[in-house]
Amino acid sequence: MTHGSTHATSMGVDNRKMAFWAFIGSECLLFGSLIATYLVYKGRSLVGPYPHEILNIPFTSFSTFDLLMSSLAMVLALAAVQRGDMKQGKLWLFVTALLGLIFLGGQFWEFSHFVHEGLGLTTNLFGSTFYVLTGTHGAHVTVGVIWLLTLWIQALRGKLGPQNALTVEITGLYWHFVDVVWIVIFTVVYLIQ
Amino acid sequence: MKSWLTTTDHKRIGLLYFWTAFGFFMIGGLEALIIRAQLVRPDGGLGVSAETFNQLFTMHGTTMVFLALMPLSAAFFNYIIPLQIGARDVAFPRLNAFSYWVFLLGGLFLNASFVAGPLFGADRLSVAPDAGWFGYANLTSRQFSPGPNVDFWLLGLQILGIASLAAGFNFVVTILNMRAPGMRMLRLPPFTWMTLITQFLVITAFPVITVALVLLMFDRFFGTHFFLPAGGGDPILWQHLFWMFGHPEVYILILPAMGIISEVLPTFSKKPLFGYTVVVYSGVVIAFLGWSVWSHHMFSTGLGPIADSVFAGTTMLIAIPTGVKIFNWIGTLWGGQIRFTTSLLFAVGFIAMFIIGGLSGVTHASAPSDLQQTDTYYVVAHIHYVLFGGTILGLFSGIYYWWPKMTGRFLSERMGKVHFWLTLIGMNLAFFPMHFSGLLGMPRRIYTYSADLGVARFNQLSTIGAFLIGIATLVFFWNLLRTRRRPSNAPANPWGGATLEWAISSPPPVYNFTVIPTVTSRLPLWQTERHAPMAPLPDRPPAPIHVPGGSWWPMITAFGLPIIAIGALAHLIPIVLAGAAVVIVGIYRWAYEPFEM
Repeated sequence: MTHGSTHATSMGVDNRKMAFWAFIGSECLLFGSLIATYLVYKGRSLVGPYPHEILNIPFTSFSTFDLLMSSLAMVLALAAVQRGDMKQGKLWLFVTALLGLIFLGGQFWEFSHFVHEGLGLTTNLFGSTFYVLTGTHGAHVTVGVIWLLTLWIQALRGKLGPQNALTVEITGLYWHFVDVVWIVIFTVVYLIQ
Repeated sequence: MKSWLTTTDHKRIGLLYFWTAFGFFMIGGLEALIIRAQLVRPDGGLGVSAETFNQLFTMHGTTMVFLALMPLSAAFFNYIIPLQIGARDVAFPRLNAFSYWVFLLGGLFLNASFVAGPLFGADRLSVAPDAGWFGYANLTSRQFSPGPNVDFWLLGLQILGIASLAAGFNFVVTILNMRAPGMRMLRLPPFTWMTLITQFLVITAFPVITVALVLLMFDRFFGTHFFLPAGGGDPILWQHLFWMFGHPEVYILILPAMGIISEVLPTFSKKPLFGYTVVVYSGVVIAFLGWSVWSHHMFSTGLGPIADSVFAGTTMLIAIPTGVKIFNWIGTLWGGQIRFTTSLLFAVGFIAMFIIGGLSGVTHASAPSDLQQTDTYYVVAHIHYVLFGGTILGLFSGIYYWWPKMTGRFLSERMGKVHFWLTLIGMNLAFFPMHFSGLLGMPRRIYTYSADLGVARFNQLSTIGAFLIGIATLVFFWNLLRTRRRPSNAPANPWGGATLEWAISSPPPVYNFTVIPTVTSRLPLWQTERHAPMAPLPDRPPAPIHVPGGSWWPMITAFGLPIIAIGALAHLIPIVLAGAAVVIVGIYRWAYEPFEM
């Protein structure tokens, strides 16, 4: 993370960036399997609460908007780091992480609200598939937030500059991917009931 | 010692993979021999209990697939791929070391179950996994498997999956991005090509079993009902997820061996690989189709006529690119100046045995005939013809071929030929009769059978064959060991190979190439109609070459994973957290460690 690649590569793409694209491809299969499991078990819960009784679309739309905005902040962070404007870079890295944290806070509130309403992990198939799918996504967001905060702290200590633009770009790749996955989850779980 | 623990040199990691995987191969083989000794006559030849027998066949399958065949292939990926593409190392040397340590620790974790019984208050020493290597639901549920056995299995596989995924990303990037100048994609040696395809399968198939194992973990640890009918769950979903991974997995096991013999046959026939491009594209087609056939493992679950027909059709289609490859290999031999080295014998053995295994595979593709074969010894015969007759013979071929390159020392050809013939006779004696015992109705995974079934004679033959394989493997092991006392006298290119690994000394210096070669043809070391052989590389590097030092962090990070798994096994959250802390600290130190390539 601390140094840029100095080697010419066969495909003209940095090794780490290519590895991340491969990783993202792999993650597609991970989330694909979880989403498929959710769809297979859709409507097969033996007892309630059922999705339409409990899912709060307006609230989650806000979370979704929040996450989309974090992607915008990520783009701005990368652009700032690339042009060497570390003041803006620091700001937008922090904003990205903060929006991620707000999303996680929303998810925490949603989960505890659902548990309060009687939907636990083992209540029915909806609960199991819902918590494991959105929980896995939440875990990915958590990793992303920790990563962003690590970069932000590096930037505060003056150890992150335009020479690390590639690191920030890869962080962005991950962050945008996690965001896109959420769009799919939001559509499949919340919008198409 | 320290230099081996911290090594990031792909050649050393390759040797570590080789010896570790070979050790697990011997353990898995020992399990097979106990199984065969028990089945030598009706009603049990050794007095092995049903519980122990379940553990033996589960661990035999799991060990051979995940701890022997995959990592033996990985030994060659590590050692040979950077040499074949003209690179100084893999793209991520520390990630490579991490893969190895995770594999080693995952394998030790799985096998620790053999002696962990007392720790879990079990009344027996061994609590090894006992639900079969594909762990079908709902046998794996807490209700039917209350002990830690299945936990060992699912946590162990989860750890091993991390090793495979990390190596997968590493080799995809290495092969695509670290090629020497002029090494275009269609100049890559066929072994490198098959490795690339294999790694794409790894990074797409392993996430699926990761999810399956996570769901199983939730069922067992947190009381969900993903695979349990009691809560509306469907045990068949496990089969879908497992085989969506499992079928690409069998191509992960066979494609590297196909790559190996695609190197060995041209070298020992003194002819370029016949139809190189077709062989490469057939590999790609096999991998694509490999994703569309998983349900042929599930015909007996009653998928319905449409699904049965589709999966039967796609399965039969795979026979086409596979057959194409076989004809290309035969075409390579045809009219060549053949040298019958041990390596070539194993390669030819691969072709013959894999055809038998492929043909019985086509009989499974037809749903009605598969219904007669499911869960019988016929299936056991099939998988051993493709995985032993195919993968293992291919790997042996590769070992005889590349051992001088890897160690600078020759294996004995005479012992090699004894090894080959004992192995070939032994495997046919062991596995061919299983076709008959299976079709006569002997189910797989039974610890005793009745004399009335009329399969006693076939079982006797199988047992004799299995012990012949055991003897052959000991001959091979002795052959490996004795090379340590032999002179290191292998020349750079002992067999007259055409690819870049033969352009440098045996074993290669730590930096591999004194000068990174420029490649102008598919067969850089051979005189062809259009190309002169590559000029020899200088003996000494013209400028000093920087070689990265070792790192402790890959190994330390890897240690965190079994700690997490042990905590999960014992239901002790603090241990899980401690393991997670080790991983997190390891990753941070790793990321911020100065390490220049």
